[in-house]
Amino acid sequence: MEFLFDLVANGLLVGLMYALVALGFVLIYKATSVINFAQGDLLMFAGYAAAVMTGGHGMPLWAMVLVLCAGMVALGFVLERGILRPMVGQPVVSVIMVTVGLGFVLQGLVTIIWGANTRELALPVRFEPYIVGPVFISPINLVAAVIAVLFLIAFGLFFTRSRLGVAMRAVADDQQASMVVGIKVPRVFALSWAIAGLAAAAGGIIWGNQIGVDTFLALVGLKVFPVVILGGLDSIGGAIIGGLLMGVIESLAAGYLDPLVGGGTKDFIPYVLMILVLFVRPYGFFGHETIERV
Amino acid sequence: MTIECHLDIRGVSKHFGGVQAIGDVSLQVNRGEIVSVIGPNGAGKTTLLNMISGFYHPDSGSIRLADRDITRLSPSRIATLGVARTFQNIALFRGMTVLDNLMLGRHVHMRTGALSAMLRFGPALREEVQHREVVEDVIEFLDIQPLRKQPAGALAYGLQKRVELGRALAAHPQVLLLDEPMGGMNIEEKEDMARFVLDVNDEWGTTIVLIEHDMGVVMDISDRVVVLDLGQKIAAGTPDEVKEAPEVIKAYLGTQAAS
Repeated sequence: MEFLFDLVANGLLVGLMYALVALGFVLIYKATSVINFAQGDLLMFAGYAAAVMTGGHGMPLWAMVLVLCAGMVALGFVLERGILRPMVGQPVVSVIMVTVGLGFVLQGLVTIIWGANTRELALPVRFEPYIVGPVFISPINLVAAVIAVLFLIAFGLFFTRSRLGVAMRAVADDQQASMVVGIKVPRVFALSWAIAGLAAAAGGIIWGNQIGVDTFLALVGLKVFPVVILGGLDSIGGAIIGGLLMGVIESLAAGYLDPLVGGGTKDFIPYVLMILVLFVRPYGFFGHETIERV
Repeated sequence: MTIECHLDIRGVSKHFGGVQAIGDVSLQVNRGEIVSVIGPNGAGKTTLLNMISGFYHPDSGSIRLADRDITRLSPSRIATLGVARTFQNIALFRGMTVLDNLMLGRHVHMRTGALSAMLRFGPALREEVQHREVVEDVIEFLDIQPLRKQPAGALAYGLQKRVELGRALAAHPQVLLLDEPMGGMNIEEKEDMARFVLDVNDEWGTTIVLIEHDMGVVMDISDRVVVLDLGQKIAAGTPDEVKEAPEVIKAYLGTQAAS
């Protein structure tokens, strides 16, 4: 029983970190109907930049966070303007392939600039775990979870309350109707990429710290994929719940199944779950069920 | 009241590949007028509307709104200048409620910044209340009170058309462009819609350009009628004048009937 508590608590914390990365996918999908396969690579890029700034240049943490966030927002704008805007009006599949290509370019780029060695991204957080009853919680997981929660709340407010957020929802729903009510659709596209850049910055710092910075960091994007599908591609709430669920399931699989079969289950259980969910709800748990009147 | 040209379209042409959709069409609409554009399918009516609202830009010619050249402006810019429209095949935010759709119709009038709107204090709250009042007026005017919380995509066709008109009206437009507002409706719905169009024009003095196939409605509500055929303007005038014009009878019924 205590073991179970421990697994669930740590699963939830990791789940929040998944949710934060999932948010990047959801933001872009909501506004532009494009699945950005380069989201994990953006995160990796941010992780590299963070590691170089704190490690190589010895920049203080606060400065690194500021520079990184500003830089990733700018990168989001540039990518949208430079390679996605020209694709407007093309089939969605073509646009998705562009994001796949972008992912490979980013991988190549970081290797050329910063090399392929694994770098450490240290954060000034104490190492010894907090012990709450039967539960061991590592402080860095807690910090990551808090950052993730702050981001998630901010994005949630942005989408439901702010004029721009509502405009983004409108664009996701119908572009033609958005233009006719006076929404500047290209600006909304650019903004969604910028915010996805910001989510990648946060994700890059947190995950880079957890698993080290090299090109494998991009795989976080792939791991988060079942989270996004599970929660529903266009639902922020779904991303959060999907992330939490995935974190817990992974943690339980690692705790209970791995000892039986000799390990590795936590890496594929999420995908099994994703497939099962898709059988029942093709649009995910909280995804937008398309209303069709025939 | 002096007559003032509100919408001034001069010699616009538009090609799609080798096809000329609109060729050298001019049209002046005075402030407060209801002008209908009629013509057989493929005459270029919707293309003309799309050029006015900025979805297409003409290859040549110019479009002026009051004293401002809007020929090359984007749809969103033209919307902010007070032009609202509906579409033949209905462009609603299908996943959002009727109320949200109408509130988005107020978008061009929303001023408060992202941050204060997020925190919902002071000016942002006041503004929201004002917009909501405008929207409630529109809801009452169109008699759609029970639909407020319904998702727009789930409504019956005629009601979707009505909600789309409501979204356009929520913007308090100077110019209203309606693309077949009565298409696919039954007689009762058509009568309602015709009444709404006349009331809007009466109460707010809104300039209205509409495309419609139902000749009965067109002749009843229009101040003037413009007839397009194969991208050319073949006749214009009061409903009675147009009804008698031989070019119009030819376009609609063929040469034999005209002779």
